Amino acid sequence: MDDLREKYLSAIAEAAEETALETLRVQAVGKKGEIKLKMRELGKMTPEERQVAGPKLNALKDEINSALAAKKSALADAALEERLRSEWLDVTLPGRGSARRGGTIHPVSQVTEEVTAIFADMGFAVAEGPQIESDWYNFDALNIPPHHPARQEHDTFFMHRAAEDERPPHVLRTHTSPVQIRAMQAQGAPIRVIAPGRVYRADYDQTHTPMFHQVEGLAIDRDISMAHLKWVLEEFCRAYFEVDKVELRFRASHFPFTEPSAEVDLRCSWQGGQLKVGEGDDWMEILGSGMVHPKVLQAGGIDPAEWQGFAFGLGIDRIAMLKYGIPDLRAFFDSDLRWLRHYGFSALDVPTVQGGLSR
Amino acid sequence: MKFTLSWLKDHLETEASLEEITEALTDLGLEVEEVSNPAEMLGAFHLAKVTSAEKHPDADKLKVCQVETAAGPTQIVCGAPNAREGITVVLAKPGTYVPGIDITIQVGKIRGVESHGMMCSEREMELSEEHDGIIELPSGEVGQSFADWLAENDPAKIDPVIEIAITPNRPDALGVQGIARDLAARGLGTLKSRDVAPIQGSFPCPVSVSIDDDTLEQAPVFYGRLIRGVKNGPSPAWLQAALSAIGLRPISFLVDVTNFFTYDRARPLHVFDADKIHGGLRVHRAAGGESLTGLDEKDYTFTPGMTLISDDEGVESIAGVMGGLRTGCTDETVNVFVEAAYFDPIRTAETGRALKINSDARYRFERGIDPAWTPIGLDHATQMILDHAGGEASEVVIAGAVPDTDRAYRLDTDRVQSLVGMEIPAETQRATLSALGFRLEGDMAHVPSWRPDILGEADLVEEVARLASLTKLEGKPLPRPQSGVTRPVATPMQRREGAARRHLAALGYNECVTYSFVDEAAASHFGGGDAPRRLENPISRDLTHMRPSLLPGLLSAAARNQARGFHDLALFEVGPAFLGGEPEEQEIQATGLLVGGTGPRDPHGSRRPVDVFDAKADMEAVLAAIGAPAKTMILRDLPGWYHPGRAGRVGLGPKKTIAIFGELHPRTLEAFDVKGPAVAFTVLPAQVPFPRKTGATRPALQLHDLQSVERDFAFVVDADVPAADVAAAAAGADKALISEVTIFDAFSGEKAEAQMGAGKKSVAFAVRLQPTDKTLTEKEIEAVSEKIVAKVTKATGGALRS
Repeated sequence: MDDLREKYLSAIAEAAEETALETLRVQAVGKKGEIKLKMRELGKMTPEERQVAGPKLNALKDEINSALAAKKSALADAALEERLRSEWLDVTLPGRGSARRGGTIHPVSQVTEEVTAIFADMGFAVAEGPQIESDWYNFDALNIPPHHPARQEHDTFFMHRAAEDERPPHVLRTHTSPVQIRAMQAQGAPIRVIAPGRVYRADYDQTHTPMFHQVEGLAIDRDISMAHLKWVLEEFCRAYFEVDKVELRFRASHFPFTEPSAEVDLRCSWQGGQLKVGEGDDWMEILGSGMVHPKVLQAGGIDPAEWQGFAFGLGIDRIAMLKYGIPDLRAFFDSDLRWLRHYGFSALDVPTVQGGLSR
Repeated sequence: MKFTLSWLKDHLETEASLEEITEALTDLGLEVEEVSNPAEMLGAFHLAKVTSAEKHPDADKLKVCQVETAAGPTQIVCGAPNAREGITVVLAKPGTYVPGIDITIQVGKIRGVESHGMMCSEREMELSEEHDGIIELPSGEVGQSFADWLAENDPAKIDPVIEIAITPNRPDALGVQGIARDLAARGLGTLKSRDVAPIQGSFPCPVSVSIDDDTLEQAPVFYGRLIRGVKNGPSPAWLQAALSAIGLRPISFLVDVTNFFTYDRARPLHVFDADKIHGGLRVHRAAGGESLTGLDEKDYTFTPGMTLISDDEGVESIAGVMGGLRTGCTDETVNVFVEAAYFDPIRTAETGRALKINSDARYRFERGIDPAWTPIGLDHATQMILDHAGGEASEVVIAGAVPDTDRAYRLDTDRVQSLVGMEIPAETQRATLSALGFRLEGDMAHVPSWRPDILGEADLVEEVARLASLTKLEGKPLPRPQSGVTRPVATPMQRREGAARRHLAALGYNECVTYSFVDEAAASHFGGGDAPRRLENPISRDLTHMRPSLLPGLLSAAARNQARGFHDLALFEVGPAFLGGEPEEQEIQATGLLVGGTGPRDPHGSRRPVDVFDAKADMEAVLAAIGAPAKTMILRDLPGWYHPGRAGRVGLGPKKTIAIFGELHPRTLEAFDVKGPAVAFTVLPAQVPFPRKTGATRPALQLHDLQSVERDFAFVVDADVPAADVAAAAAGADKALISEVTIFDAFSGEKAEAQMGAGKKSVAFAVRLQPTDKTLTEKEIEAVSEKIVAKVTKATGGALRS
């Protein structure tokens, strides 16, 4: 019986493929295999002989079966190894159809969303208005009567007016302020809105483009003061520039639609062309603001004896340039792919108050 | 508005430093734009004395000077012809920056001789153009600062010049006195009185003056007087220096007097050479067509209604804007007629604008000068002329009357504090207004004649606030409108716009922001370019019409990028298009443009030219992102800028378009110089209906445990049958059982026709059957298949492909 054991174990060890193993299995432990045949002989033995030979044969059968299984799995492992070896690829090749490169969001859109997120947290909704605007909304309603010198300073674009049309020509809105009037007319008081959007002035040089972006802010209630305005702007600048503290300076100025009016300066430093907000000895003018003029409230259908509040306006492109270090305004509107990719934002970088505005 | 510190101090008695003054000005709303302070720049220059000057051993024109300085004797090589022993000079020590030559002085050797500094000329220190030699001072001690020496001996040379920006509401600050008044009211000193005694003329004025009745509104008052026997010529040095310092060229004394009062008191005047006036002066409205050669030697022709001043010869002056050349004063003038008048701001502005004349007079008249000061201004000018040019003054001639500007507004001191958000005691508020020239009667504040901008209570608030200093304003938290968590504020349309934008970027498009105006040809190509959308005053020929579509801007951007060597482009814009020239004719569009290949070449062969189905897929993604219904129809009537056979209009009905997509027409690409292929789409977010808000709860999910079955079909149909019709017919065969129909193959063209016959194509689709109550038997599946075949055959005239 030891011969048998030796014969099969060595044959199994030497088998090179699964078919050979199967043949060995049939020969050894198959129905008519040598071991089975030997087992049949057990019946002819004496009980004593059977007591010895039976367990031995069973043990041999088990041993051969295990050897077969072990060898089978070893052969499968080897085959898989071989397949994997043959499947080697140069994975330094580029990914498939990495096709278009990542898309981008324009800084104007991104910054508009940043501004919106901050003001939304302070309870300001977003109001909108048309860009071709009547001169009443763009000027008269904002206390800029037809002969006011401020009209000349606006570099206004006028729309063509047909000869038989007696109305004054429409204008391309020169600021987002007309949205104040439309929002007040639509909602009444109290009201808190911002109005971001395109505005137009006939000016083109290093720092001016005939189209740019502003955001207007308006808050009207029974007791809103200029001190509230200052706080709101401080909070805005702190959140927008993502610093722990900012310092603003109000300077008396004049806008026809606010009274008192103030230009607002931000404490900052410029070092090596880099802006740092909240420190340093420089003051940078960033926006115009003031308490809404009673005539403007009236134009918006709000009683100035009962309501008061503030308004402000700032340049979106400008604060985008300041925050992200973008040098040239004109490039905003040139759609140079290199610029769009360099200064653009990822689609999933949605600015939020809780997640932060910028990466 | 420019002025010098000393000019300011003629009106303001003050101990304040230059810095305190400029800070206060800015804070008061008189924003300082520039201060040039020569003393600062001269701080490093000190006096020294030349003790000996020998000829340089190796240079004829150079001298080796021994110079006594505060730090002891030193040697300096100098090329100035006047360098000689005994003179007191101005020394730049090594390390001093010399602005006139833009050099920092170093110790050096000049032709082998050491030199420890430089003795300067006036030009080298930018004090004047004088450069004939080095400065020789008549006095001064060695080591004394040159700035101090100038302050003592020639203060005009180091008089700081301040330039401020004047907002349109402050015509009073266009005169130095008005600026001084603000500073005095702020507490930076006291306003000096510079009144002159009224001057009685000694003879009747030979020049008569009249204002036409119909002109009194635009020229309410005219004062004038003759001064005979004057001696014109160069102005006294102080006047020349004052004018030069603020950039005005001294002309002759009589003219300089008018310029002086323009800046000193914001009071424009005019001087006529009386001997050149024929008959009296008449102020009248232009009839139209008159003309005049102005003092600037340019010819002007007038339109009806402009305010003119004429004599018997014709027009002699454009009221409030510019005088005429013929009657202007010259050095030979001996009899001068001085005009002080008041002209209406609006009319003056219109005239100046129409004639394109920007004069100091117009600038002031159009903002509104002090009408009450008209007669006083005339006396001031008369006094100055008599003092410096001699002569004898006539009596005053007057036409019209000084307009009454008296008005008063209520000062509500509580409201002021409520608006400003600062505690300003009522008494302080009243004192502020008084200091600014308001007359308080009870709580009514009477406005001074020089403040035409004060037109209501709100203006009083502004005056009090700016004098109290807004710099001192402390922020105060603005409570949220409701307590608790911030409420959402975005409108559904705003969210939709954002979703479209973010989705397009996620699809790999780069967002552009292009101008809202395009050139006429581009606008016309996209259905615009008409008169209502034309700008009356475009800034350039490329930007003349409001864009009817976002495509022209994106196509131009694509062309520019191709020119820079970028050929595969995915650009988009979300922004307004203008469907007409009225405010309400504006709509938001989201447009994507794909040009070139789908991406860079890669080893997997992924790159292929973009085609209409790329545009369609991305458009569908955007539509899904903004919540458009899945069920739409594709219509084939298209605007001309798309390929007529390779584009579609997505409708919710035949007239309700929500998007459009396709390959661009070859002519469109040609017009914009874009190399194709190029495909595009536009989604109209506002046209997609907003779903009725039904709350956040979703309907329950219906899942079926029974296995679904998929069967494929292929039909031969006429080539012009839309595949979508085939699929729709199949889907309609058994709506309860068929859960999905997917087209997976379309075979058309020459090879297809060869197999299936002319004008035929094959469309293959998979149908998914989803049983709900029991597993489908082969027989049941067979029955549905037959229904599908029958339905498709009937609907499309096609046949099951064998």
